Amino acid sequence: MLIKRLRAADPKGSDITPRAVFEGRRTLLKAAGLAAAWAVAPKSASAAKTVARGEPIPNVVKWPKSATETPTAYELATTYNNFYEFGFDKEDPVRNSKDFKARPWTVAVEGHAAKTGTYDFEDLIKPHTLEERVYRFRCVEAWSMVVPWVGVPLGDVLKRFEPTAKAKYVAFQTVLRPEEMPGQRLPLLKWPYIEGLRMDEAMHPLALLTVGMYGEWLPNQNGAPLRVILPWKYGFKSIKSIVRIAFTEKEPPTTWNIATPREYGFYSNVNPKVDHPRWSQAKERVIGDPFFSPRKPTLMFNGYEEDVAHLYKGMDLAKLY
Amino acid sequence: MLAPGMSRFAKPPIAKAIVFVLCLAPLAWLAHRGLTAGFGAHPQEYVNRFLGDWALRFLLIALAVTPLRLIGGWPQLARFRRMIGLYAFFYATLHVLSYVVATHFFDWAEILKDIVKRNYITVGMVVFAILLPMAATSTAGMVKRLGPKRWQALHRLVYLAGIGGVFHFFMMVKADWREPLLYALILAFLLGYRVYRRARRFSNPGKSSFGT
Repeated sequence: MLIKRLRAADPKGSDITPRAVFEGRRTLLKAAGLAAAWAVAPKSASAAKTVARGEPIPNVVKWPKSATETPTAYELATTYNNFYEFGFDKEDPVRNSKDFKARPWTVAVEGHAAKTGTYDFEDLIKPHTLEERVYRFRCVEAWSMVVPWVGVPLGDVLKRFEPTAKAKYVAFQTVLRPEEMPGQRLPLLKWPYIEGLRMDEAMHPLALLTVGMYGEWLPNQNGAPLRVILPWKYGFKSIKSIVRIAFTEKEPPTTWNIATPREYGFYSNVNPKVDHPRWSQAKERVIGDPFFSPRKPTLMFNGYEEDVAHLYKGMDLAKLY
Repeated sequence: MLAPGMSRFAKPPIAKAIVFVLCLAPLAWLAHRGLTAGFGAHPQEYVNRFLGDWALRFLLIALAVTPLRLIGGWPQLARFRRMIGLYAFFYATLHVLSYVVATHFFDWAEILKDIVKRNYITVGMVVFAILLPMAATSTAGMVKRLGPKRWQALHRLVYLAGIGGVFHFFMMVKADWREPLLYALILAFLLGYRVYRRARRFSNPGKSSFGT
């Protein structure tokens, strides 16, 4: 057995600050400092951890009418996602979408159009000029982001298929790959995810067929390689990873409306006066704002009222939510 | 049986201290995460849900004390029930505080509208209101002042709080009801066990019984 003999110069055990106390004090000081910093600084510190960036998109033209708000940090917009195909928590999509294969990709175009068929992703996009558009993005869960998307006007692409007079609506479908999308192995929503728009909504110049964000090709967790962005509607209308576009005569069914018709209507326009039955839509939490900060009042049609209000003239938006 | 060397730790003061510190572990973890990785993109939601989860978990742990005591034959467990119950109230208080301060940043008009109009918020607030008088009467002195009968009657409200807490969780979920379902099953077992014992005691009045 080893016995250490005390020398006079050695500090007595009682003089030494216990390690736990020492470290605890450091933690406390750090906590106080950080809490103070936290209260005042815009919160991007939590996003400091680096996220692997994608490949930049060449030849993108800046759209002149972009939103003037500061875009949400890339690390936030790509790690806080509702993409139930990859899991039901916000952190799941970034974690579970690593092995998703977004290329090669084809889209089936069906229904009331002259040029139906299967199109390669590249062929869909190639004839168009890619634009970077900063849009406000409002989730039905009362949080919002500001995202620089890259895409082409949806209407410009749809016109190429030459929809007929019978095409009153356009339906979209997300890819069904339960082997790559763990959320699709659970019957909590009806898979595959489907969405739809009235033809005039789809043709509206704000509707964006999106292939990228922050100057790069879409990350898997944000709906690679091809999604729709409809800035005046709640986020779930902006369907991701599209494999099918169909022109229909009747209003197409939509996933969330099938799941809970009372809560999610076909239109789902951002509307601060029509609450979700379970929460208010009057205000929103801006992602990236300081921890202690008020929520922002939500604007009619997410601030795009001037652009889109005419689409819904004469409609009772409380009934047709 | 505990090993002879261990029995010292099962003695009230040490065991209670250990449980006391253990119950603080979730809060310590939350603080640690806040200081290191951060709370992610929506920190207000993260903190609020974390605290709500633990309020409900402690409520269920408190409700598990009596069944565990009777099924497992660990009468010593009864000692920790009050502390665990108070921790449920502690986390519920932090949960409500984070809702007022972080989620709504003192937007009282919105908070009031929420409480009146949103069923799951209404239920959550009712549960908190139920926990309040229970926490306030948790001292030995209050047991005496109320008298054991009335005190026990008041504290039976914990069953209602448990049911309300699980409902509160169920009602806020959009599609993934797996976690609230798990809590509901645990609660059903904990309450069902009590009903079962009552029924058995009623049909076998000769047998002695203890516990509620």
